[in-house]
Amino acid sequence: MNEFVFFINNVVISGLTIGSIYALGAVGITLIFSILRFAHFAHADLMTLGAFFAFFLTAMFPAVGPAIGLPTAFVMLPLAMVMTAIAAIYIDKGFYKPLRRHGVKPIVIVMASLGVTLMLQGLIRMFMGTSARSMYIDDRKGIHRLDMPFELASRPIVITDPQIIIIVLLVIIVIALHLFLNRTRLGKAMRAMSDNPDLARVSGINTDTVVKVTWVIAGSLAAIAGTMLSLDVSLKPDLSFHLLLPIFAAAIVGGVGHPYGALAGGFVIGFAETLSVFNWAVLLRPWRDYLWFDLPATLAFVPSEYKITVPFFILLAILVWRPTGLFKGKVL
Amino acid sequence: MLMKLPMKETLMIVALAVAVLLLMQVMGTAYGVRVLVEASCYAIIALGLTIQWGYAGLFNAGIMGFVAIGGFSAMLLTFPVNQSFWESDLSGELGVAFLKLVAAVALVAAVMQLHRIKVPRSIRLPIILIVMATLYLWVVNGFAPVTQNIVSQHGFIGGFGLPVWAGWLVGGILAGTVAYFIGHICLGLRSDYLAIATLGVAEIIKAFLKNSDWLTRGTLTVSPLPWPVPGASEVGFVMARALYLSVTAVLIAIIFYLLHRAYNGPWGRMMRAIRDNELSSSAMGKDVNQRRLEVFVLGCILMGIGGAALATFNGIFDPNGYLPLNHTFLIWVMVILGGPGNNLGTIFGAVFVYVIWVMSEPVALFILNSISYLGDLWFAWEAPSDFSSRALQARVFSIGLIITLVLRYAPKGLFPEKVQHHQ
Amino acid sequence: MALFEATNVHGGYGGMNILNGVNMSLEADEIGVIVGPNGAGKSTMLKAIFGLLHVNEGNIQLRGESITNADPVELVKRKMAFVPQEKNIFPSLTVEENLEMGAFIRHDDFQPMLDKVYSFFPPLADKRKQPAGELSGGQRQMVAMGRALMTEPSLILLDEPTAGLSPLYMSEIFERIISINKAGVGVLMVEQHAKQALKIAHKGFVLVAGQNRFTDTGQNLINDPEVAKAFLGG
Repeated sequence: MNEFVFFINNVVISGLTIGSIYALGAVGITLIFSILRFAHFAHADLMTLGAFFAFFLTAMFPAVGPAIGLPTAFVMLPLAMVMTAIAAIYIDKGFYKPLRRHGVKPIVIVMASLGVTLMLQGLIRMFMGTSARSMYIDDRKGIHRLDMPFELASRPIVITDPQIIIIVLLVIIVIALHLFLNRTRLGKAMRAMSDNPDLARVSGINTDTVVKVTWVIAGSLAAIAGTMLSLDVSLKPDLSFHLLLPIFAAAIVGGVGHPYGALAGGFVIGFAETLSVFNWAVLLRPWRDYLWFDLPATLAFVPSEYKITVPFFILLAILVWRPTGLFKGKVL
Repeated sequence: MLMKLPMKETLMIVALAVAVLLLMQVMGTAYGVRVLVEASCYAIIALGLTIQWGYAGLFNAGIMGFVAIGGFSAMLLTFPVNQSFWESDLSGELGVAFLKLVAAVALVAAVMQLHRIKVPRSIRLPIILIVMATLYLWVVNGFAPVTQNIVSQHGFIGGFGLPVWAGWLVGGILAGTVAYFIGHICLGLRSDYLAIATLGVAEIIKAFLKNSDWLTRGTLTVSPLPWPVPGASEVGFVMARALYLSVTAVLIAIIFYLLHRAYNGPWGRMMRAIRDNELSSSAMGKDVNQRRLEVFVLGCILMGIGGAALATFNGIFDPNGYLPLNHTFLIWVMVILGGPGNNLGTIFGAVFVYVIWVMSEPVALFILNSISYLGDLWFAWEAPSDFSSRALQARVFSIGLIITLVLRYAPKGLFPEKVQHHQ
Repeated sequence: MALFEATNVHGGYGGMNILNGVNMSLEADEIGVIVGPNGAGKSTMLKAIFGLLHVNEGNIQLRGESITNADPVELVKRKMAFVPQEKNIFPSLTVEENLEMGAFIRHDDFQPMLDKVYSFFPPLADKRKQPAGELSGGQRQMVAMGRALMTEPSLILLDEPTAGLSPLYMSEIFERIISINKAGVGVLMVEQHAKQALKIAHKGFVLVAGQNRFTDTGQNLINDPEVAKAFLGG
């Protein structure tokens, strides 16, 4: 049974956690793609920026969290979301909107977003330095050990505060997003603009407002994902480097322009990563006497230093096999 | 045909030459020539990008990967042979591991043909996946012990001891092969996908080179790589580097001449037609994706050659030294600032941007030291210990800013592409 | 005062003029039909009116106020609506959501107008929860026109509303256009089916090479032997 607990800890829980993070990033990418029709390369840096804002606020008011009994950075999250959303709107205003007005090809805006990536990375490192930091300043990460009620399982299931929060948060966000897109005037206008931007303009939909709302949603979700990931691990300036490929892979796997697909894609990528670096030898150990081969000490599909290759090969496979993604994306 | 240079462009070239001479005066001739050689290697890489972006509008965000392949190939082919490894049993075992790889690839290819014997689709997919997973584990576990033993007993497998030109040539070929596979998958899709895929492949190439200690010594780095010309110990720094510069200059001249001919020939006209108006060219019956694949592969070959020349000049192969910042975005700035699609502008941009890049570090450090000195003096302010490494990040910020500003205010660069109208 | 008036309109794409001086006027309760050969600038004229194309010269007025080169969103607020020829629905939105999008600028209760649109186009009422992309060609056209009517416009511009429809659907769409017009909406439309369209038109404009060749009542144009021979297929 201990092997099974090991599996739950290393695959189920960490897959759900990282999958939720990727899903939130991928939803942002897919929304931006469907409204503005370009691949927003600076999105992973928007996530880092959001985490940086949360860290900054935590450093300013470190005592708030312990007073409530939640991680301070999480209490500060709403403010960090607002700051990131405003930053996203101004980035659009300063760097993407003028190019859109000029009527350039989408790929030129993609390039501008790479320029924004570099600027954000430079800025964040100028202020933060290059070392990793803990998001916990006056409080400590809550770790829960759940003992199994079975005789054979002596090891507990381990889950941390940020992991519980992100999974609960994701469920709430999915419901909220669903209601927003299907019940509200602006949400429907976003879907309309994703369907047919010219007709949206002709119908009198204020496309500037829709663009702003898109950045607000994408920016806030990015702040949530970045902050929760930094809470779970640590805040590193090169966070974006490890996020960029997975979130793009998730968006494309789900079908670009398809928010629910992006959610699913996030979990596909998250679980693919955790399953491929998981040491299967542990699960097979109880049966080692029945196997026809000698069980090596580690039997993982991918050594963990090659983890970054997993989203990439899934991305290539989906581009070869089904470029519209699992859920038939609209924009291709 | 004589190339007529307008006043503005002649002036800019003269100004750049003066700046380089000034650099040599201040920092010493040997340093100045070194900067020029490195700039010339970057110019070869930048020419590769200018044909991809300027001729065909293809967005390559993974230049670093192709440059690294070039460097790797220069190392593997030209580094002296490691006799102790080849005489040991391990070389045979490594051969067996490679045979397993070949067998696995053949088996997968065979399983892929299952539809020919009418195996239903629903069974086919699981079979293919299971076979692939099993074979994959078999091959990986075949390599693991051998490569571990190579690292512990012999360090790494060593090079092939071939002449330098072979290393550069194979570097181009390897980079082109990788580009062919990526392009084959992505070029039929939206242009954004190529950007994402190249970005990914660059990181994977780096991860592979960094972690394959048996092949590249990983973080231990490999040096010294042999030079195509006499080294500094024989003829002195300035002379050796000047000789090296003449080699890269000849290479650039050849590439420049060939590109110039291709650009003005039917192939170049067709490329521009595709770039400027994809729909009507495909309506004219031109195989757009095939042409794009050609230009993408060609560009990556140049990047591989440039990367090989750069690694050979530095004399060291260090997988960790391949940074997206230097090897991808700096090249992008060179090309879009110089003028995409304009070869002369690209070479100008390469030298210009590289000189600024090199100079910005000492200048920035000087300013920073002054700031922290004065801060200490006047306000008893103590700079954080990593102050200078942080402040150097301003360079990253500036590169990003330059990219966005050039795109917005000077999308055609300093040397705009001269489009000939046939009236 | 005329509902709509265009005088000497010049315009086109990228420096090339397609419209070389078009004149039109329409009263509040009229149907105007623009006909002419391919490339005469019929659809271009509609786009120029709706601010989707730059007008270099000339003047366009709605109820006496200039709307030359106005922003489409502004024109919708001024009670004008446009139905493009292709891609004139939001395929993944339901029929009702399509209509709601037409009413995006309205902040009042538009339920009465929604009911009115369903009464104009009864087939849509049963399919209000269905994605518009799943409907037949004729029903899509109804969704597109319904969407345009949601702001209760005084002038609606239709670009080839019967393109690609079967003759049966064509006459049904024309009937709807007449009843929309009877409800007090001015209609200006471009049509390939010139003869049938001119029959329901109060005014007809025959454009050739970006200029008016003939301008008269619909009936007079049908009866004009020269028009009939050159543009109505004899």
